[in-house]
Amino acid sequence: MTDTTRIDRLFKILKAENRPALVTYFMGGDPDYETSLSVMKTLPRAGSDIIELGMPFSDPMADGPAIQAAGLRALKGGQTLARTLEMARAFREEDDHTPIVMMGYYNPIYIYGVERFLADAKAAGIDGLIIVDLPPEMDEELCLPALHAGINFIRLATPTTNDARLPKVLENTSGFVYYVSMTGITGSALPDTSKVSEAVARIKGHTDLPVCVGFGVKTASQARVIGAAADGVVVGTAIVNAVANVLGPDGQTTADPAEAVATLVRGLAEGVREARVAVE
Amino acid sequence: MNEPVAPNSFRTGPDEQGMFGIFGGRFVAETLMPLILDLEKHWNAAKNDPAFDAELKHLATHYTGRPSPLYFAERLTEHLGGAKVYLKRDELNHTGSHKINNCLGQILLAKRMGKTRIIAETGAGQHGVAAATVAARFGLPCIVYMGATDVERQAPNVFRMKLLGAEVRPVTSGHGTLKDAMNEALRDWVTNVEDTYYLIGTAAGPHPYPELVRDFQCVIGKETREQMLAAEGRLPDMLVAALGGGSNAIGLFHPFLDEKDVAIVGVEAGGKGLQGEEHCASLAVGKPGVLHGNRTYLLQNEDGQIKDGHSISAGLDYPGIGPEHSWLKETGRAEYVAIQDQEALEAFQLLTRLEGIIPALEPSHALAEVMKRAPKMDKDRIIVVNLSGRGDKDIFSVAKHLGMDI
Repeated sequence: MTDTTRIDRLFKILKAENRPALVTYFMGGDPDYETSLSVMKTLPRAGSDIIELGMPFSDPMADGPAIQAAGLRALKGGQTLARTLEMARAFREEDDHTPIVMMGYYNPIYIYGVERFLADAKAAGIDGLIIVDLPPEMDEELCLPALHAGINFIRLATPTTNDARLPKVLENTSGFVYYVSMTGITGSALPDTSKVSEAVARIKGHTDLPVCVGFGVKTASQARVIGAAADGVVVGTAIVNAVANVLGPDGQTTADPAEAVATLVRGLAEGVREARVAVE
Repeated sequence: MNEPVAPNSFRTGPDEQGMFGIFGGRFVAETLMPLILDLEKHWNAAKNDPAFDAELKHLATHYTGRPSPLYFAERLTEHLGGAKVYLKRDELNHTGSHKINNCLGQILLAKRMGKTRIIAETGAGQHGVAAATVAARFGLPCIVYMGATDVERQAPNVFRMKLLGAEVRPVTSGHGTLKDAMNEALRDWVTNVEDTYYLIGTAAGPHPYPELVRDFQCVIGKETREQMLAAEGRLPDMLVAALGGGSNAIGLFHPFLDEKDVAIVGVEAGGKGLQGEEHCASLAVGKPGVLHGNRTYLLQNEDGQIKDGHSISAGLDYPGIGPEHSWLKETGRAEYVAIQDQEALEAFQLLTRLEGIIPALEPSHALAEVMKRAPKMDKDRIIVVNLSGRGDKDIFSVAKHLGMDI
């Protein structure tokens, strides 16, 4: 199967430290390439452990209004899949240890060409992929070629993924499992946290992979609660909103987006670091 | 059903993965997978259940008004001076288009699955009206997603849906047309997985939708076959139908796919011409890609971002196409052509004047292709064109294009 990736190595370290990972999503190219690259660079400095690099798509059918808008801003700013890969390459020039997971939809990759994409992604230092519209039934499209190329394919499990289906979802998953803590689009309200820990325990009954939980986490205290039960806390919409909040009506920045994101992420990172302490 | 299956039959798809060759499939978020598998299970049971078939037939007869006539368009034929032109008159259906065939089938399926809330997407509003109609008939709440641009240009259908008790939710994301309405319907479905049935309007989307919508629309082709044998004692030489997503076309075509002497022609919206961006001819100038749960021909840029189409007809205004049509194009079994806005407008007026039938702008595209082909064919040849909808909904936009005030 896959060689050990930066993701595998990170979770080993965090396990020894007994703390969950902070996984941060941002939209590549929002609102433009340079600004977005500075946001990316600030994430690990502010305490993010894993970066999810959003690939904009014109029709993000599982995303809420915030990420839809971010994707459209990025596309308007000239972002393409080639430029998103370029962004990862530029980031890697100064950071060779923070895992990068590219997240988005299949069509831009399909059009780019699967083999060419995997080769370029590997060369750019990409560690994993989350492709929203490729369920296990479609594994031959990209999941199996990615595993073959040494890139983790991270699958989403949801409240609708019952025990009968979990083994199929987990079969070719590597890196970590991304548990979407509710049905619905990104950015919706956070559900009952006790249900989240139940669900994490249920998934862990089927796999040794780390389980990260996302959808709806916005504040440090939420991150702390989720982090007590999960191996990682994913924050997306809140970060995308932090960028959007410093954009004027024409998309010009009214303050530094990287600084706005850094402030948010520093708080979240503290929350995550207190997670296990808080319960003990 | 008892027709022999040739080794090279065109009627056996999709396969177990929901594929027609490389097209189709189940490209959806994990949240939806269990629902789609559940739908497939119920669909497989329903299609083999005589009681389901009987209920659907009863409704088709007494509610929709089937069979729809196969009408010999004598004056149009005379005017064109070539092949005999027959119209399959699905515009006479209750609600005014072929959309009701699919909606009745799917609402019975929803009921069977115990779903209590219906969602649908609509472009021109014909599917929205049909969905709202069956929801009213079966007493289920219905939410229709409609692009904000379409809500404005299709005001009469919006009002109809509201009268029928549906809630119309304007979609402002993207460009506010059918593609965006479909994204929003999928978002609703992802959020309300427990109680909601997504009543999709065309033979596209994730498996099993392309198959089940096709099967519900195949009543068009099956009737045509019987009616043509009764009228002429033989099968037609050519079938012509317009395509947005392609449900009326696949409904007419599918029962004839293995009749190698029957030529099959699908007509896409050529808009203002295929050279520019203002058309919806995904088969003619698009390329295969993945959107809304299936792989099919799509209008897209070199980065795989989906483009917005343009057509005078909101019902054809979709950048994709049902996956089975993509496969029929690739295999060469069907031919696909494009007709421009102006040509469709001319056909609209011609049929109205010659036959006293006001067609919708969607089948006007098919009629325009017939106007090109019939004169070049011998008088003993027969063309069937699917008159999939009536034009009442289009009189305002036609008046605008003709520079008239009403």
